[in-house]
Amino acid sequence: MADPASEPRSLDDLPPGQGFEPAGAIKIMARHGHGGWLGIDYAANGADWVELALPWREDLAGVAESGVLASGPIISLMDMATSMSVWTRLGRFVAHATLDLRVDYMRAAVPGRTVIGRGECYKLTRTIAFIRGIAHDGDPDDPVAHVTGTFMATHGPYK
Amino acid sequence: MSEAPLPPYAEALGIVADRDDDGDPVLWVDFSGRIQGRPGYLHGGALSGLMEMAAIAALRAELGRRGEAMKLKPVNIQVEFMRGGRHQRTFAKGEVTRAGRRVALINASAWQDDRAKPIALAQMKVLLSPEE
Repeated sequence: MADPASEPRSLDDLPPGQGFEPAGAIKIMARHGHGGWLGIDYAANGADWVELALPWREDLAGVAESGVLASGPIISLMDMATSMSVWTRLGRFVAHATLDLRVDYMRAAVPGRTVIGRGECYKLTRTIAFIRGIAHDGDPDDPVAHVTGTFMATHGPYK
Repeated sequence: MSEAPLPPYAEALGIVADRDDDGDPVLWVDFSGRIQGRPGYLHGGALSGLMEMAAIAALRAELGRRGEAMKLKPVNIQVEFMRGGRHQRTFAKGEVTRAGRRVALINASAWQDDRAKPIALAQMKVLLSPEE
């Protein structure tokens, strides 16, 4: 294992202009912080989308008796997947912040199942990234939630 | 009035159910690595989760005052992030805008130093049905 002190602690530590690669980036993000605690992992990506996985865990439940996942972890999953979809579309990391996020809850996630969050950046302007996505627990045609929102570049434009 | 226990997710994040001077439910959480997003800041998802639970707490309190036992089913939530949350205690409170017989609309806000300067706002819609 590499010396932890020499490993990038966050995406901000990566050299600017370096190509963004979601599978590697999630390994950095998932080592610490909220994403790491949730156990979020990389699943797949395309040119303008990223899929992340949130494995079910007892202490992420919103109702102890049923074990149904709380909605908070699903919002976090979608925030991360859509955020990464912006950098994936750009091909590089740009500092940005979530401006708004709307989540529509279709149904409860089935306890025990891993939830997949698919985030897509469907439009990018100089300063604003428009995103949308779904969360599902096995069947993308039967989503748990739909999300839509915007990010804003905070330290210089996207392009 | 009895407090509904916080869900395992809230307990794991260290969220505390409290009351303000008016006796209304307020949730707060101290900063920890578990809720950090980009370095130096609170994670937007964790902040959303906190506001969502504050909204539900406010709705339960309102229904409790009316003596109505209802099953709650979240329909959607819209979150606006206005300031980055820093390494300090974060508070959240919900305010029931309307709770009818079938649907409730709740506003929630989150703040750190100054309640008049929220770091985020949320609006949540919840479907209500009588408890069987």
